[in-house]
Amino acid sequence: MNQDVFVSIEHLRGQVTDLSYGMLAAARQVVAEAGGEVVAVLLGHTGQHLAQGLAADRVLSIDHPALADFTSEAYIQAWSYLLREYNPRLALFGDTSIGADVAGGLSIRMGLPLVSACQVLLVENGELLFRSQICGGKIMAQGKLPPTTALVTMVPGGYRAEEARGEEPSEIISLEAPPLEDLPVRLKEYIEPEISDVDITKENVLVAVGRGIQNQDGIELVQELAEALGGVVCASRPVIDQGWLPITRLVGKSGGQVKPVVYLALGISGAPEHVEGIVNSQVIIAVNTDLAAPIFNVAKYGLTCDLFDLVPILVDKIRLSRSIQV
Amino acid sequence: MKIVVLIKMVPDLVEELSISPSGIELDTTWLRLKINEFDDHAIEQAILLKEQYGGEVTVLAPEMEGVDDALFTAAAKGADRLIQLSGKFDNSWNNHALARAFLPLAQELQPDLVLTGVQAHNDLDGSLGPLVAALMGLPYVGYVAGVTVSDGVATIRKEYPAGLLAEMEVSLPAVLGIQAAEQPPRYVAFSKVRQSMKTTTLDERLAGESEPQGGVTVEHMFQPETGAGATMLEGDLTQVTDKLVSILHELDVI
Ligand SMILES: Cc1cc2nc3c(=O)[nH]c(=O)nc-3n(C[C@H](O)[C@H](O)[C@H](O)COP(=O)(O)OP(=O)(O)OC[C@H]3O[C@@H](n4cnc5c(N)ncnc54)[C@H](O)[C@@H]3O)c2cc1C
Ligand SMILES: Nc1ncnc2c1ncn2[C@@H]1O[C@H](COP(=O)(O)O)[C@@H](O)[C@H]1O
Repeated sequence: MNQDVFVSIEHLRGQVTDLSYGMLAAARQVVAEAGGEVVAVLLGHTGQHLAQGLAADRVLSIDHPALADFTSEAYIQAWSYLLREYNPRLALFGDTSIGADVAGGLSIRMGLPLVSACQVLLVENGELLFRSQICGGKIMAQGKLPPTTALVTMVPGGYRAEEARGEEPSEIISLEAPPLEDLPVRLKEYIEPEISDVDITKENVLVAVGRGIQNQDGIELVQELAEALGGVVCASRPVIDQGWLPITRLVGKSGGQVKPVVYLALGISGAPEHVEGIVNSQVIIAVNTDLAAPIFNVAKYGLTCDLFDLVPILVDKIRLSRSIQV
Repeated sequence: MKIVVLIKMVPDLVEELSISPSGIELDTTWLRLKINEFDDHAIEQAILLKEQYGGEVTVLAPEMEGVDDALFTAAAKGADRLIQLSGKFDNSWNNHALARAFLPLAQELQPDLVLTGVQAHNDLDGSLGPLVAALMGLPYVGYVAGVTVSDGVATIRKEYPAGLLAEMEVSLPAVLGIQAAEQPPRYVAFSKVRQSMKTTTLDERLAGESEPQGGVTVEHMFQPETGAGATMLEGDLTQVTDKLVSILHELDVI
């Protein structure tokens, strides 16, 4: 085993994801303290241009038609080959729709340790530590990474993508693909998100509701508030999964990344998957009866009252204040 | 079609969590458990598939506080068989160990599809689905929201960020990590759950020893300081509302 840190460069429809740059930044910090090189791993087909702008010491690129778009089996086989061949200290994957499909399979097939939900990697006395965020952001768990090649799936929030974007890699090495035939998982097509009347990523005022809203009737209440504020309603995943609002209003990991002037979160706990979609808001105001809710970690202002008590009064006061202005 | 659903119980995050004096795990004294919500979606997806194509749904769960309620609820929704892995699922059990404990049963049942929640909020060594799939030598796809089946192939919808979906074909048998069932998990009245307790048997199998290799060891667990950066608005309801209105004024949104 060497000290190199391999980073899986995740890309979708020709675009490298932000988290991939964040992982390169993580890898850079680890090698600065523990030695080794930052190695970006780019799997794809006719996508070598994606290597431009990756701040890595080396890019290992495997080009094959079966890797043109992500599928789990093809990636697992390519990675098995790479890990066997190169024996790095760490292999970083996104804790995402791509990385999470790959890392577990590799762990079992190759007998390598795996840690998930890792936000930060630390080096202490030459030893590598993980720090993972679990239980909806309420608990951090930390421990040593065993002294063998370790697999890590990373969540956003620990590193800044900007740190690893833009620089050119020192070296790009093209590798022969391992055999990738008769794969049991095949991409048929992409289905683009439906176009809707509202694009939540472009709104300045968002009133967001979570499971605290309890039922569909609650949605009307916040709709009134959003209208009074001249904004629109968006939601966390459980509200969408219940069918109370269309998926175009989903904020977070699987939905939109919003950047409004004001994000008013009502009855949202602030799970990491939600928070990653709202961190670029200018001001987050959170209303949650639970003072320990992680949403208060990212909020500028917090209210621990019941949203059902607050919202009607708030609507009245906003209307009153508007009528005074005119 | 034979479908096996793997579920587990996780801490209810609505309750206050605290860390045990050992500093390496949650204090379980007051911990209330509930079914992992994505496992609930996996059960719903399994029942929907059964309703559409026929077949048999078996739900498998490790023994934990409240698991029989979760299992009988699944039966009330339409699951045919319930199996509990019995044992003391303490801190030595991680998902690698759980996947190994599920393996013999999952193989014996010879499923066409194994469904499980895409992840659980307390996963620390990856989620269960890909581990079970690799042990069984089956393909895995996660982040699934939508499944149809024909001629030994599942056509699934996989979620990517920003609402993008990929339609993929997966040769069966396969393991799928369910993000969302095609409809929200159905509600069943408690009377129906109680009825299923009388009509459905809960099989028990011994889990054996934990084999956690491939996971990692927690040496320090802590709660991040909450609200560190937030200004909390204090006072009675009228006062906090007034404060909020003036903040909205300052921000120029009203
Ligand atoms: C792969 C994956 C992707 C995901 N993607 C997303 C995503 O894109 N977006 C997303 O949001 N989630 C996503 N999730 C789900 C995420 O993990 C959380 O489950 C979800 O964000 C929780 O939503 P919530 O905060 O509304 O509900 P909960 O966590 O249940 O929180 C409800 C909150 O409301 C408060 N509350 C209750 N009643 C009241 C009241 N009357 N007044 C005030 N407060 C009240 C409670 O104290 C609690 O904090 C994803 C999960 C996975 C596994
Ligand atoms: N109703 C409330 N509104 C706003 N903040 C609250 C409220 N209740 C408790 N807090 C916060 O909780 C902290 C501890 O309060 P206590 O519940 O009195 O121990 C206070 O300093 C506040 O920041």
